[in-house]
Amino acid sequence: MALLQISEPGQSAAPHQHKLAVGIDLGTTNSLVATVRSGLSSVLIDDDGHALLPSVVRYLPNGDVEVGYAAQAAQSQDAANTIISAKRFMGRGLKDIDVSLQPYHFVDNNDEMLQIETRAGIKSPVEISAEILKALKNRAEKSLGGELVGAVITVPAYFDDAQRQATKDAARLAGLNVLRLLNEPTAAAVAYGLDNAAEGTYVIYDLGGGTFDISILRLSKGVFEVLATNGDSALGGDDFDRRIFCWILEQSKCKPVNAQDTRLLLTKAREAKEWLTDHASAQITSILSTGEVVNVSLSTKQFNELTQTLVAKTLNPTKKALRDASLNIEDIKGVVLVGGATRMPQIRLAVADFFKQSPLTNLDPDKIVALGAAIQANTLAGNKSGADLLLLDVIPLSLGLETMGGLVEKIIPRNATLPIARAQEFTTFKDGQTAMSIHVLQGERELVTDCRSLARFELRGIPPMVAGAARIRVTFTVDADGLLSVSAREIASNVEANIAVKPSYGLSEEQILAMLKSGFSAAEADKQARALAEAKVDAESLLEAIKNALKQDADLLNNQEKQQIKAKIDALEGNIHAGAGNASSDAIIKATEALNAATEDFAARRMDASVSRALAGKNLDSLEI
Amino acid sequence: MAITLTETAANRVEKFLSNRGKGIGLRLGVKTTGCSGMAYTLEFVDDLNPEDMAFESHGVKVIVDPKSLAYIDGTELDFTKEGLNEGFKFNNPNVKDECGCGESFTV
Repeated sequence: MALLQISEPGQSAAPHQHKLAVGIDLGTTNSLVATVRSGLSSVLIDDDGHALLPSVVRYLPNGDVEVGYAAQAAQSQDAANTIISAKRFMGRGLKDIDVSLQPYHFVDNNDEMLQIETRAGIKSPVEISAEILKALKNRAEKSLGGELVGAVITVPAYFDDAQRQATKDAARLAGLNVLRLLNEPTAAAVAYGLDNAAEGTYVIYDLGGGTFDISILRLSKGVFEVLATNGDSALGGDDFDRRIFCWILEQSKCKPVNAQDTRLLLTKAREAKEWLTDHASAQITSILSTGEVVNVSLSTKQFNELTQTLVAKTLNPTKKALRDASLNIEDIKGVVLVGGATRMPQIRLAVADFFKQSPLTNLDPDKIVALGAAIQANTLAGNKSGADLLLLDVIPLSLGLETMGGLVEKIIPRNATLPIARAQEFTTFKDGQTAMSIHVLQGERELVTDCRSLARFELRGIPPMVAGAARIRVTFTVDADGLLSVSAREIASNVEANIAVKPSYGLSEEQILAMLKSGFSAAEADKQARALAEAKVDAESLLEAIKNALKQDADLLNNQEKQQIKAKIDALEGNIHAGAGNASSDAIIKATEALNAATEDFAARRMDASVSRALAGKNLDSLEI
Repeated sequence: MAITLTETAANRVEKFLSNRGKGIGLRLGVKTTGCSGMAYTLEFVDDLNPEDMAFESHGVKVIVDPKSLAYIDGTELDFTKEGLNEGFKFNNPNVKDECGCGESFTV
């Protein structure tokens, strides 16, 4: 029988009407999915008991796609077709990233989002992320036993509109209904129930596998405002492993090791790091492929000294963020630790020392973001009593448009709560001007060149007037997900133009439709492949039966009949082995039918023969009928 | 007349209640709906109704309204894992038939 969850009083769902909603932490290194069951947020695990899904996607030679641990394992053999950290490319152009450090074949897409050439064709980061989301969606549906009504997906607080849109597109490709995009630090704060607490300013210290983010949030009246974000996109738990790895080499006086041994020792280093979280020293023993034996012991003290500089490196962005928000340490009401690397005692000590208070650590730092997102998803799906306030987010960066002289006029200031709509009037610059180009920008800077270009569109058909006489009202609307649409209207003539900001780096509606469609056409191909396989199986079992029959009862047929059946057998075999691309299920089915028809008579004769054999030598009375 | 919880179920309910931060117990009930006639309901309890019956099992208060009790008397509530899914299960001696998915039943 079905398994039940406890509902809020008076809100039991009718059978088959559960509203299943999940929170997804789409991470750079690892991704997770969580849901609220019986009032408790919990992370969903896969068949093997793993909570984390490595954010790694591999395109296999046979056309399949592998996501997670299997793909991660193949990373070193098949680097060009195994995409890690696709999140770093979301909503980014080729000029935004350092191509030389990446093993992929990038495709320059002229100012559009970059693409990667794999053996499965050219893939955009959106499609790659969609594969990860699909894997999580399948896990959730398997685990919860039903279709999801929607998901809350987390994004870093500093993601701009293009990156948010790309994340939303990825969810759409994966067949997920996005209830809302939520800032990661906000999700962490929600997991700790800070949204229920009194107002205050909180620091979210997020040290992941490869990235460090610090966010300062202010909670007031149920709204989380991002006061400042900072971080280091190339600092994470992996750097701590690397430090231990170098130390091992130094201690055991090894020659430089090959790739295989590097991987082995890095794994050992990571194990030692994790062991030291609650032990005083770690023994590292290993035999290298060269036969050299590594046997060293690392104490907590040594480990702290080795990684001192790394820990210190996290405090600089922290100080900067505080300064940006014009806050002192005394203003901070609480510190939340996020990310597996914050399990290290030296990190906790350093943070406690810096903020003069112990950080919140009682939730699993790997899972906090997903747990918080799940709580938000549960509320948005309507599974919780209405008394709870819906958490709102704010716009992370100001939105504006270009005015004469390459300047940016801000329409919606940063930290405005979402959803929001703001309008401003502009006018024409020249006599008789009939069109106006509207260039939408995001950022805090004054010059167009320093801000991020989101979209351009034109308002045409303005009646010719003297300069300054036309009144053009430009309205910026941002929905609850932080996504922008802009409209411009000339008030006298009511000419209107608008754009749902598909930022220059996002995907166009056609592109998304094409991707969705290619998913459908692949479904058609899959169906055909299945029909072909089924037809082949049927045909082969018939051939087998007829060949056996021919062996046993060939004497029941005359030569001409034998020839006929043989011809049909050859025809069918020819169809089966027509080779990939030429084999068609219809042809096989027809040939199978023809063979069946040609052997009908033969089958009837065999039946008669076997009946008369069975009856031979018996009289009627002895037969029991 | 009694409704009981297994120890596992009682532990989970306590955990859920403490996580929720309020609530005095667990309400079991049935309502007429679903493809087989009736469906179970399982809710947290904040307020008691005058006619409610209360039982206690492994330290957890179980609340049932008298109309529902007729259909679920003798039920033992268990908490189990089935594959990746986990949740509560009614072991109800009164059930004659269930719908395919087990979400609703007849007595």
